[in-house]
Amino acid sequence: MSQETQAAMLHDCREAFADTLIALARDDERIVAVCNDSVGSSNLAKFKAEFPDRMINVGIAEQDLVGVAAGLANGGLIPFASAAAPFLTGRALEQIKADVAYSQARVVLCGQSPGLAYGELGPTHHSIEDLSWLRAVADLPVVVPADPLQTAQAVRWAAANPGPSYLRIPRFPVPDVTPPGALFQTGRALQLTGGNDVTVIATGTMVSRALQAAESLGQEGIQARVLNVAFVEPLDHDAVLTAAVQTRGIVTAEEATTTGGLGAAVATLTAQHQPTQLRILGVPRSFAPTGNTTFLLEYFGLTADHIAAAARHIMAHATR
Amino acid sequence: MMTADPQVARQFHDVRARLARLSPAEAAPALREMAQRVRHDDLHMIYRAGLGHLGGDFSVADILVTLYAGVLNVDPLHPLSAERDRLVLSKGHTAGALYATLARCGFFAHHELDTFAAPESALNGHPNRTKVPGVETNTGPLGHGFPVAVGIALSARLQAAPRRTFVVLGDGELQEGSNWEAAMTAAHYGLSALMAIVDRNRLQQGARTEDTKQLEPLAAKWTSFGWEVREVDGHDHAQLLSTFRQPGTTRPVCVIAHTVKGKGVSFMEDRVEWHHKVPSAEQVQIAVQELSA
Repeated sequence: MSQETQAAMLHDCREAFADTLIALARDDERIVAVCNDSVGSSNLAKFKAEFPDRMINVGIAEQDLVGVAAGLANGGLIPFASAAAPFLTGRALEQIKADVAYSQARVVLCGQSPGLAYGELGPTHHSIEDLSWLRAVADLPVVVPADPLQTAQAVRWAAANPGPSYLRIPRFPVPDVTPPGALFQTGRALQLTGGNDVTVIATGTMVSRALQAAESLGQEGIQARVLNVAFVEPLDHDAVLTAAVQTRGIVTAEEATTTGGLGAAVATLTAQHQPTQLRILGVPRSFAPTGNTTFLLEYFGLTADHIAAAARHIMAHATR
Repeated sequence: MMTADPQVARQFHDVRARLARLSPAEAAPALREMAQRVRHDDLHMIYRAGLGHLGGDFSVADILVTLYAGVLNVDPLHPLSAERDRLVLSKGHTAGALYATLARCGFFAHHELDTFAAPESALNGHPNRTKVPGVETNTGPLGHGFPVAVGIALSARLQAAPRRTFVVLGDGELQEGSNWEAAMTAAHYGLSALMAIVDRNRLQQGARTEDTKQLEPLAAKWTSFGWEVREVDGHDHAQLLSTFRQPGTTRPVCVIAHTVKGKGVSFMEDRVEWHHKVPSAEQVQIAVQELSA
């Protein structure tokens, strides 16, 4: 396959986010968008064109963005508060905690361009801490879709969910990984491949890489189970513990720091209930060097090759 | 979630209806009496709990009572009615004054005040909307209530709903930058149904506001941010009522209510230590006498 054909099969999930939001807004006038001067980067220009009054721009003011969204929810609307993930979650973390999660305000927090998506713009613009920060906040689902179809599902789920949620919308182009007809249920992981040798638990942009890893492992006779965990919170305990029982170990992969995200969640769960071999792939507790996203993912070992290597390592050290 | 005291709620309904027919000057004595009762209840809550923020509670009590009894379209029997006016207490540490006021209105049974800050009580040191009817958003960290109130006022405008939104801010709280983000947003959207009330008691936790981080010229700041500014005596119920009753026309309204921290008890008034000091049994006795005078 040519590079051009491959590129054409990769998608930026923001389009699915924006199109789904517009479709929902046509049917439900409670849906409004709130942004911090990020009409362009949140891909909300079409929304604004169709619903000019329902596009609230608070300017460059993330604390205000989240507080205003909580107020809109108090008034009976369903606000999608959208901003670049590092600023939404970092600058407004206390608003997310107090005004949204603790107050149980029906706000959908939409973190755009998360993880290492901003590449060369550097660590100020990377959002690798968001999963750790928001996992620490009670009563707030943390949702990371893996492709356009799942992004659309996540947006619909969030709009229908009676409480708050955080959606982490991938920007780094990804291939389709979600089978048509796949369900999207609160706190449920989606098993993408069967296999009882080893498990790869991945989220967001890492899911397609986990599938590539499973394919190459399969060629070596290693059957890998791939779980797509869109709900980092609440985590699918059954799926994780079953994998810990049925396979020889678990590799986790996420475009986020390993201090408190998906890998940490899986580790906490398995360590207490079903200890197993674990390899946690993500960004270590360090600020990234200069480089584009592709380079940085390679630099931090977030590729199909690295995932496969971690799985082989588990197989080599298996005691059962 | 606590539920209403139906009998008190119906009495409150009658009181509100009666006050609505009166001029501010005519309504003032009843408001003053209710505010003194709120101070009295609050004093006992804080003495019993061994913690609280009496100074700020007493500076804001007249504002809260005037709003609930004389201005807000709220019904304790239907605390989540979509049409209700909204009051956000951004200075959430003065929860004691809010709880005592809500109980006087019948949002929950008066005896619940006895549980203030006790283990498992709905009445936390800072208000929680999922447990206390009448609370609109969970406040406590400063600089949070104002943006939420702006969002509420925006929702009313989007829905073409007539409801009004009020937010009560501490003066020291205005040192938080998020308030000024909210002030800009409200002015930009011309939210004339929004009223921000500043409890200008001139003291913050450790010292005078002007010695900590200067707020003056405060009225000029609000004016320059695009707000209509009204200055009132924050303990004059007639002034408060007439000011609150009148919504803005084109711009959001800021009411700078000049108050005295610890108002109503001589040894607490304008004394910085009464920000969160707890009175002794003897001090409670003296305070009760002064509040009953």
